[in-house]
Amino acid sequence: MPDIFKSKNSGKKLRVALTGNPNVGKTSLFNALTGSRQHVGNWPGVTVEKKTGTLKHEGFEIEVIDLPGTYSLTAYSPDEIVARDYIIEEKPDVVIQVLDATNLERNLYLTTQLLELGAQVLIALNMTDLAEERGDSIDIQKMEEFLEVPVVKTVAREEKGIPALLDAVLRTAGKEHVHKIGYGNALESKIGEIMTLLSEDTGLKAAYPLRWLSVKLLEGDENAFGKIKGRPVESKVRKLLDSEDMAFFEAEMADQRYETISCLTALISKKPERVLEPSDLIDRVLTSKKLGIPIFLALMWGAFDVTFTFGTPFMNIIDSFFGWLSGVVSTNVSNPWLSSFLGDGIIGGVGSVILFLPNILLLFLMLSILEDSGYLARAAFVMDRLMYSIGLQGKASIPMLMGFGCTVPAIMATRTLESPRDRLLTILVTPFMSCGARMPVYVVLAGTFFGESAGSVIFAIYILGIMVAIFSAKLLGSTVLKGEVSPFIMELPPYRLPSPKTSLLHMWENGSMYLKKAGTIILAGVVLVWLAASLPVGVEYGSESSLIGSLGHFLEPLVAPLGFDWKVAVALVFGFVAKEVVIGSLGVLYGAGEDESAIMAGMQADPALDPVIAFGLMVFTLLYVPCVATVGVIKKETGSWKWTLFSAAYGTTLAWIFAFLIYQGSRILGWT
Amino acid sequence: MGSSMPLSLLPEGKIGRVCGINAGKKLSRRLFEMGFAPDVPVQVQRGNCGALVVLVNGMKYALGRGMAFKIMVRDSQENE
Ligand SMILES: Nc1nc2c(ncn2[C@@H]2O[C@H](COP(=O)(O)OP(=O)(O)O)[C@@H](O)[C@H]2O)c(=O)[nH]1
Repeated sequence: MPDIFKSKNSGKKLRVALTGNPNVGKTSLFNALTGSRQHVGNWPGVTVEKKTGTLKHEGFEIEVIDLPGTYSLTAYSPDEIVARDYIIEEKPDVVIQVLDATNLERNLYLTTQLLELGAQVLIALNMTDLAEERGDSIDIQKMEEFLEVPVVKTVAREEKGIPALLDAVLRTAGKEHVHKIGYGNALESKIGEIMTLLSEDTGLKAAYPLRWLSVKLLEGDENAFGKIKGRPVESKVRKLLDSEDMAFFEAEMADQRYETISCLTALISKKPERVLEPSDLIDRVLTSKKLGIPIFLALMWGAFDVTFTFGTPFMNIIDSFFGWLSGVVSTNVSNPWLSSFLGDGIIGGVGSVILFLPNILLLFLMLSILEDSGYLARAAFVMDRLMYSIGLQGKASIPMLMGFGCTVPAIMATRTLESPRDRLLTILVTPFMSCGARMPVYVVLAGTFFGESAGSVIFAIYILGIMVAIFSAKLLGSTVLKGEVSPFIMELPPYRLPSPKTSLLHMWENGSMYLKKAGTIILAGVVLVWLAASLPVGVEYGSESSLIGSLGHFLEPLVAPLGFDWKVAVALVFGFVAKEVVIGSLGVLYGAGEDESAIMAGMQADPALDPVIAFGLMVFTLLYVPCVATVGVIKKETGSWKWTLFSAAYGTTLAWIFAFLIYQGSRILGWT
Repeated sequence: MGSSMPLSLLPEGKIGRVCGINAGKKLSRRLFEMGFAPDVPVQVQRGNCGALVVLVNGMKYALGRGMAFKIMVRDSQENE
C-alpha cells in the first residue's frame, strides 16, 4: 500500500510547508508551485507573513504553506517560533526545505533541526544553476543516503524541477521516519533520562516529539521550558538539569551538530576555490568609504527624479479623464443632489487620490529595483555609521526609505529589526519620512503659492521631515527609549539583475495597497466629507452654515495661532482619513471638486491664505498624526495603545509647534 | 598562531579564524548558525570604522560595530 494512504489527512488532501533560510529562493518556489502573485525580494525577513496557496497534482489537492525564512528553529526570533510551532503543532504532511546549493553548509543546519523535530522532510536543492555555473558539484545520492530524505534539484526562478518535486511530495507524505543525530554517549544518556521523565506525561507525549523536546530542554531553550511549564514533570526536569553543567552540554551539542554538517558537506560537495566574484567587485565600489554615501544619495535622488519626471505625463492623462468624467456627470445627471454627490463627492474625492497613483507606483518600482538587485541591503551597511550616530542601527534605514513610498509597508518592514527598542524607535520616526500621499498636498499648495520655486519648497519639506526624524530618534532614544543600539548582522545577498516581472509584481503588491485604500477608506472619508458639507438639507454646499462649517468653527480656536482658518481645520481633521484628503476636502470647501486648477484659483483668491500659512500647512501636514491606516498598523506592530497614542500625540504636538513658529515668526519679522 | 582580538580590529583583507564569541546564549547560537563557528576562517572585506563586511563560508554579511566586537578571532597569517 502506498504510504500516502496512511496520511493523517483523510481524502486526497495534503498539507505541505515550505521552509528554508532567507534568500534561498523560497518565495520563488512558492510562486512556481502555486502560481500565486507574491513578492520576490532580496533582504532577509521579507517573508514574514504566513502565505498559503493550493495546487493540484496527480489528483491530490495540495495546500502549500510558506513559513517564515529562518536560519534555524531555535527560539531566537518570532519568525523562528512561528515556523517551529507550525511544524510541531500542525504536523504538515511534508516539510519542503529549500536549500541554496551554493551554500550547503549553512543551510544544512536547519535540515538537522527539521529532522530532529520529526518532520517529514523533503529537500528542494535550489539554485543548482548557480552552483553548476560556479563549478560546484553535489552528490545528490550520497546526500539522500546520509540524511535519509529525498533530495530534488530545482531552479525556482525558472520553474525547473517542480514536477519532480511534487512527485517526491507524494512519495514522502505519510511516512513515519525519525532521524537521529547522534550526540555521543554522555549526551545521549542525558537525553534518555529526560525522555523517560517526559514520557510520564501523556499529554506532552501526544503533543511533541519527545526526543526533540528533551534535546531542547538540555540546551536550555526557554521556549521549550515554556511547553512544560506548570506540568508535574517540570520540577523533576529542572531538578535533573540543575545538577548538571548546562553550559558544557550546550557547547557539546553545538559541536556535534557542526561536526555532522561539516562531515556531510565534505562528503557530498566539491567546491572550487572561491574566486573574486563580480559581486565583490561591485561591492568594492558601492560600499567604499569615500563613495558609499555619495552613491547612495545619488541613487536616491535618481529614484525620485525618475518618479516625478515620468509620473507627470500620466498624471495629466488621469487628470483630464476625471475632468471629462465629471463633465459627463454634470450634464447628464439632472437631480442636483445626485449630481453633486457623484461629481463633488465620489469623482472629486477618489479622483484626487488616483491622480497620484502613477507617482506612487513609480516610486515603489524604483525601490523594488533597488531591493531586488541587492542594493538595499548595502544601503543598510553604508548608512550604519550615520544611523548609529542618531541612535539607530543600519537596518533601520530600510523601513525609513520605504517610508517615502507609503508608511504602512514601511512600518511592517521594521520586523527585520530584532531588538524591540530599535524597532519601536524606528516605528516612531518613520512617519516623518514624507510618504507619497502627502505629496499631493505639497504639489497643490506649493503650486498655488510658490509658483516657480514650488520644486525647491517641496524639497525643503522632505528635508525637514528627515531632520525631524533624526532629531526625534536622538530625543526619544535618549529619553523614553533609552538603551544601547543593538548589534546587528545582516546578510548581503549577491547582486542579481532584477527581472522586470519580479520588480513589477513587487511594485504592484505595494501599490495595490494604496489603490485599495483609495477604494475603501478614502471613498468612505470622501462620502463623509460630502455629507457633512451638504447637511443640514438646504445649505449651500460647503458653506459656513453646513455641518462641516460648524465643525471647522468649533476647531478654529485650536489652530488660529497657526494662522489656519476653519476650512483648513476641517481639511486637517479629514486628512486623518488619508493625507491626500486634505486637498480633496479643500476642493470640496472651495466648491472646486477634483479640478486642481479650480482649487488653486479658489485658494489664491481666499484672503485667509498666503504663502506663509500655506507653508505652515504643508509642514503641519508633514508632521501631524499619520493617516488612520498607519495608526492602525502602528497599533498592530507595537501591540500597544500607549505607544500608538504617543506616536500620534508626539507628531501632532511637533506639527503644532512648527506651524506656530512659522506663522508667528513671520509676523514678528513683518513678512505677513 | 597569532593572539586573539575582536573581529572589528582585524585589518581589511586579512583572514582570521573564529576563536570565541562573547555574547549571550541566543546570540552566540545565532552567530554560530550563520557560520561563525570555531576555527572557521573569516575575512574582513570592508571596514567602515564600525560596520564591517565580512565573508564567512562563502556568505557575505554586514556586521554592526557592536556585533563585530563580540566575535573573537585569531590572526591566522593566511593571506588573500
Ligand atoms: N539563479 C537562480 N536564482 C534564483 C533561483 N531561485 C530564486 N532565485 C533568485 O533568488 C532571489 C531570492 O529569491 P526569493 O524567492 O526571494 O528568496 P527567499 O528569500 O528565500 O524567499 C531572487 O532574486 C530570485 O529571483 C534559482 O534557482 N536560481
